[in-house]
Amino acid sequence: MARTLLINGKVHRVNLPDEVPLLWVLRDELGLTGTKYGCGVAACGACTVHMNGEAVRSCQVALGDVSGAVVTIEGLGSPDNLAVLQQAWADHQVAQCGYCQSGQIMQAADLLARTADPTDDEIDDAMSGNLCRCGTYPRIRAAIHDAAARMKAEA
Amino acid sequence: MAGRIRKIARRSFLIGSVAVAGGVAFGVYKFRETPPNPLAPTDGAIPLNPFVVITRDGVTIITPKAEMGQGVQSTWAALAAEELDVDWEDITILHGPPAQAYFNSALFGEAVPGLAYKVGPTGAAIRDLAGGGAKLLNLQLTGGSTSTRDGYEKMRMAGATARETLKLVAARRLGVGFGELSTASGEVIARDGRRIPYADLAEEAAQIEPPEIELRDPSQWRYLGRTMPRLDMIPKVTGTARYAVDVRLPGMKFATVRMNPRRTGMFSYDASAALAMEGVEKVIDLGGGIAVVARNTWIAIQAAEAVDIVWEGPVYPETTEALNALALTAFDRSANSTPRDEGDVDKPQDGIEIAAEYEAPWLAHTTMEPMSSAALFSDGKLTLWSGTQAPILARDRTAEAIGIAPEDVELIVPYLGGGYGRRSVADFSILAARVAAAMPDVPVSVTWSREEDMRNDFYRPAAWGRFRGVVLDGQAVLLDGKIASTSLIGDSSPPADPDDWQMGDRELVAGAWDQPYGIPNYRVSGYTARTGMAVGYWRSVGASYNGFFFDTFIDELAFAAQRDPLQFRLEMARREHEPSAAAIEAVAEMSGWGKALPERTALGIGFTYSFGAAVAQVVQVSQRDRGISIDKVWIAADVGRALDPGNLEAQLSGGAIFGLSAAVSGKITFRDGIAEQQNFWDNDALRMQSAPATEVRVLETAYRISGVGEVAVPPAAPALGNALFRLTGQRARRLPFGDTFNLLV
Ligand code: FES
Ligand code: FES
Repeated sequence: MARTLLINGKVHRVNLPDEVPLLWVLRDELGLTGTKYGCGVAACGACTVHMNGEAVRSCQVALGDVSGAVVTIEGLGSPDNLAVLQQAWADHQVAQCGYCQSGQIMQAADLLARTADPTDDEIDDAMSGNLCRCGTYPRIRAAIHDAAARMKAEA
Repeated sequence: MAGRIRKIARRSFLIGSVAVAGGVAFGVYKFRETPPNPLAPTDGAIPLNPFVVITRDGVTIITPKAEMGQGVQSTWAALAAEELDVDWEDITILHGPPAQAYFNSALFGEAVPGLAYKVGPTGAAIRDLAGGGAKLLNLQLTGGSTSTRDGYEKMRMAGATARETLKLVAARRLGVGFGELSTASGEVIARDGRRIPYADLAEEAAQIEPPEIELRDPSQWRYLGRTMPRLDMIPKVTGTARYAVDVRLPGMKFATVRMNPRRTGMFSYDASAALAMEGVEKVIDLGGGIAVVARNTWIAIQAAEAVDIVWEGPVYPETTEALNALALTAFDRSANSTPRDEGDVDKPQDGIEIAAEYEAPWLAHTTMEPMSSAALFSDGKLTLWSGTQAPILARDRTAEAIGIAPEDVELIVPYLGGGYGRRSVADFSILAARVAAAMPDVPVSVTWSREEDMRNDFYRPAAWGRFRGVVLDGQAVLLDGKIASTSLIGDSSPPADPDDWQMGDRELVAGAWDQPYGIPNYRVSGYTARTGMAVGYWRSVGASYNGFFFDTFIDELAFAAQRDPLQFRLEMARREHEPSAAAIEAVAEMSGWGKALPERTALGIGFTYSFGAAVAQVVQVSQRDRGISIDKVWIAADVGRALDPGNLEAQLSGGAIFGLSAAVSGKITFRDGIAEQQNFWDNDALRMQSAPATEVRVLETAYRISGVGEVAVPPAAPALGNALFRLTGQRARRLPFGDTFNLLV
């Protein structure tokens, strides 16, 4: 059945079975490949996007259950117009292979939207679902603290 | 077996012949036969050599190394840019095509017999010359932490040669002396202030013979020795970096494969349920499995799992227990190699004798991006997008698999979502090509499910260590180590018998035989297990298990000698290799070794010399209410020369966390000949809450430069195990430790 989706501020129409996960709608139907597949079972966080302003694992959200606006890494900022969080990520040179980082950044954005100045424990809690095989955790932590400080300064 | 006549395998002959006097000349001769430049000039892009292309708006530097997270492309670009005098913002990097010009000269140099840490200037030259042989084998490989060494001179030469050639043309054009010209920001500048952009000189420069050049002294460096912004960073934080799994073309179909997880064929399969699913286009019989082509990847994966397949059985024992029992029979045969045999370990020694046995499990790579490739087969030609660590191999094997010539394969290597050695195997490239060949003129994206990735991996083989040693008056006087594991050579192409290799399989003993310790009676032997299991290179290879065996045993010797384990290692290293001693001293200072610790907290030290780098780590663990926490790891590494300190820090920190992940919970077990672990929920790694904080110090005392992609992995497990021993009194001899200790995850 045809459905209308609002993704990164743009309206898309897709005609697919309802059970197809949002992840694959983004990647294979709409060409938004910044959102990654890592496990398909909510065990890695690589597919994290925002739905209705909340971080969700897009591999677990069936197309039929998508409601409200979806924001992906491409909608957070762009190479010419980085979001504060992306800038912090770049300044701390966080990424190694980079494959997990879209999901890490989207999860961290959700954390900072709720908790302006997270403690290390709060970072642990919020980020525990996001796996990074390259082991970039110390820099992710530093970038989150840094971004929080910048957002505070800007506010 | 004494007196056994060994067949001389082709590879060992080559290595042997470059190692002896006459062979060096052979190596030099071949090395100087420059392979052709694989780059053709196109409109407005002029290649000056295989590595430097001048374009209208800057310079493209060919970095023919797989960027799998280690930052190699940025470092290689910095090496060339340092001499070329171009601004960092004007540099574009490209992986380039598979070509002999990009052979890995450092990789083969490492195969020369002898202890690497004892190599001085002369030995290093012989090793580097031996590298000339690598191109004979078409070795364009990213692995073995060799890239930095491989590119260190080559890329600076490429930049300097291009710069000097551009200056020659400018001198002629401006009618001034060559010596009156300088270069900066992509321009040649005359003394009177006239400037010519490189782009205006390139076409002519490409026609003339490059002059002799001299490399700049490191004191003049602007890029090297500093932390440069990685060229792949902005793409990777904005989701715009393209991996093979992200290739999208008009009319693209999405496929997945399901191959026999026992690595044999199929008796039969029934695809009717799969074919009835909405969006499924085709099921392809691949002999050892099937592929499903569908409208999107998710439908393909669902359908592939719905195909009813009767698999053939494995050629190896079906359970972990049976497989390991078979592997252990290796100890009953003669040694594959005994590369170190100093003193006389068979002579009885005075002192306290101890013995210990260690075990390391099978491991999967689980790169974050599952195996994937995109391919288009059209007019008898294949275009392949594959994140391969071995492009020439992938191209040739792929061509062979679909019956076309290697020249008819265009291979594009995008970013790799992790490699760790897994992507040096050509299997995923071949399968994508076969799917494409069955779908002419249709571009296909072939993505493996995580489950397929885990059950059809080429595993780090399980390994066993049996060690015996004697301490007297606080010193180790004897160490005798025996190691058994499945050799990776049996899997090489063409398949070879590891026991026929003249030098034996050095990976079986890497990280144990070659440690820079003065022990008067020191012997290490490797034993070849023949299991038939699919095995492969896994970040740090043999050192990934031997680092654990050897260093843990050293810790046990220190305990038997009632010595401080750090001082014990330090004294042995001082007698043998100053850079190793310096790394141990550095990590002692960083971690406050010897100072009072909080309650229920302990430190452990680990040390491994591997891939030319001495790496010492101290891990701090503490007993919490719910379990044991890994609080922090201090890492001191000697890399010879630090080209990009920030990136080195990232690699060493990430490598240690990678090693600790495996040490805590990594394992693959088998039932019915199939890996039991399926996904990250049952084969996890450290995460934000369980990963330690890291602190890194990079030292530059060794004679030669070394890469760091792997070197932090081997000492991580023993450092953790030794810390656990200090904390609990229980010796950790079996990996993963999570099976024995209550570690917080
Ligand atoms: S792909 Fe969704 S959590 Fe891993
Ligand atoms: S950067 Fe490679 S998995 Fe996170």
